[in-house]
Amino acid sequence: MCLAIPAKVVSITGDTAEVEVDGMVTTADLSVLQNVAVGDYVMVHAGLAIQKYDEAEALANLELIRELFRIVADHG
Amino acid sequence: MDSAAFNDPSAARALIDKIAGLAARLPEVRLMEVCGTHTMEIGRLGIRQLLPGNVRLISGPGCPVCVTPAAYIDAAVELALSREVRMATFGDLFRVPGNRRSFAQAKAAGADIEVVTSPRAALDGARKSPRQVVFTAVGFETTTPATAAVVKAAAKEGLRNLSFFVAHRLVPPAIDALMADPSIRIGGFLLPGHVSAIIGADAYGTLVGRGVPGVVTGFEALDILAGICSLLDLLVAKEVAVKNNYPRVVSARGNPAALRLMEEVYEPEDAVWRGIGMIPRSGLRLRKEFAAYDASVRFGLKPDGVEVPRGCSCGSVLKGVIPPEECLLFGEACTPENPVGPCMVSSEGSCAAAFRYGGRP
Repeated sequence: MCLAIPAKVVSITGDTAEVEVDGMVTTADLSVLQNVAVGDYVMVHAGLAIQKYDEAEALANLELIRELFRIVADHG
Repeated sequence: MDSAAFNDPSAARALIDKIAGLAARLPEVRLMEVCGTHTMEIGRLGIRQLLPGNVRLISGPGCPVCVTPAAYIDAAVELALSREVRMATFGDLFRVPGNRRSFAQAKAAGADIEVVTSPRAALDGARKSPRQVVFTAVGFETTTPATAAVVKAAAKEGLRNLSFFVAHRLVPPAIDALMADPSIRIGGFLLPGHVSAIIGADAYGTLVGRGVPGVVTGFEALDILAGICSLLDLLVAKEVAVKNNYPRVVSARGNPAALRLMEEVYEPEDAVWRGIGMIPRSGLRLRKEFAAYDASVRFGLKPDGVEVPRGCSCGSVLKGVIPPEECLLFGEACTPENPVGPCMVSSEGSCAAAFRYGGRP
């Protein structure tokens, strides 16, 4: 039940955003996040954006997994 | 970034090899995943079958609808059947039986029950209809800020026809209660990624106090394998710590604005977990300022009494004392089509995952 998925912010009106996941557009509440801009990715759960999700962090996370176990990255 | 990078087969292979190497240096270890979404992914990916024989993955009480008391469901279903209200509920809860009926059965009997994907949809529904709308506020810390935001919004606009039947539960007190139980010998915890997005990786201090390591873990194949690998690494090094392996979503202190919102709307109380019993300060209730929005006050709901169906071992399964296959009902009297206990009825329940994907190798 605690699934949250990265959704792309398409437009913002006040504390509410239109977000897109796999081509489907829904509404997300941005009230517990700061400095969200159109084009950003946010993790949405039950209609609330609970965290930002950015490309640089994702890459760093992947590096953490690979580095930690000395896996030579073969792509990416 | 798409998720393919976090499911790279060659990296997964390297992690599996590393896990085997670490496991060879350890006696039998029991690791618990405390999140139903982890349970499902571990099953779907066949991770349990890939692990060395001495590394056991135990599914914990991480499915919020599985631990929602039967008495709560009974009270909500009874209210829905009274035709007094429209009940708005998450799809996850819809088929879960109480002691008598599920929402799905009540709806078939004519009750007005709407499945929603967010509490916001219940708010919108209440704005558009004169009917009394009751939202079933269940879920862990991942979900609580979303319901808190809507309680606040309803109070702000003075909406008179929306109320909340609250059975939120908190993860850290449950982990602590499991650790305090001598029948449960867990060597380390895969900690839930999206609960931690809200409460932060630093929220599991008591785990360290009890001498058990934990790793905050994401939901892709590499995340889960890396989580297991990190736990074994900590166990080999005899290091007791909480590591954050999901920094792309989880920070040390979580989401402070979401935590403030929860704190503003809810306060902790002792709460019953289905199959487990009462855990001190593990549930939430609406604060006095929001009592006007409490469905249990508005409709006089008193969910009490804990009952477990005859023969059902969900309590032992939820605590990791036995695997689903050791329940006498498993796969015979209790299947996803005809579930007896909550762990089988929820798609994220340990028994449903074991039935669908197979359990122990």
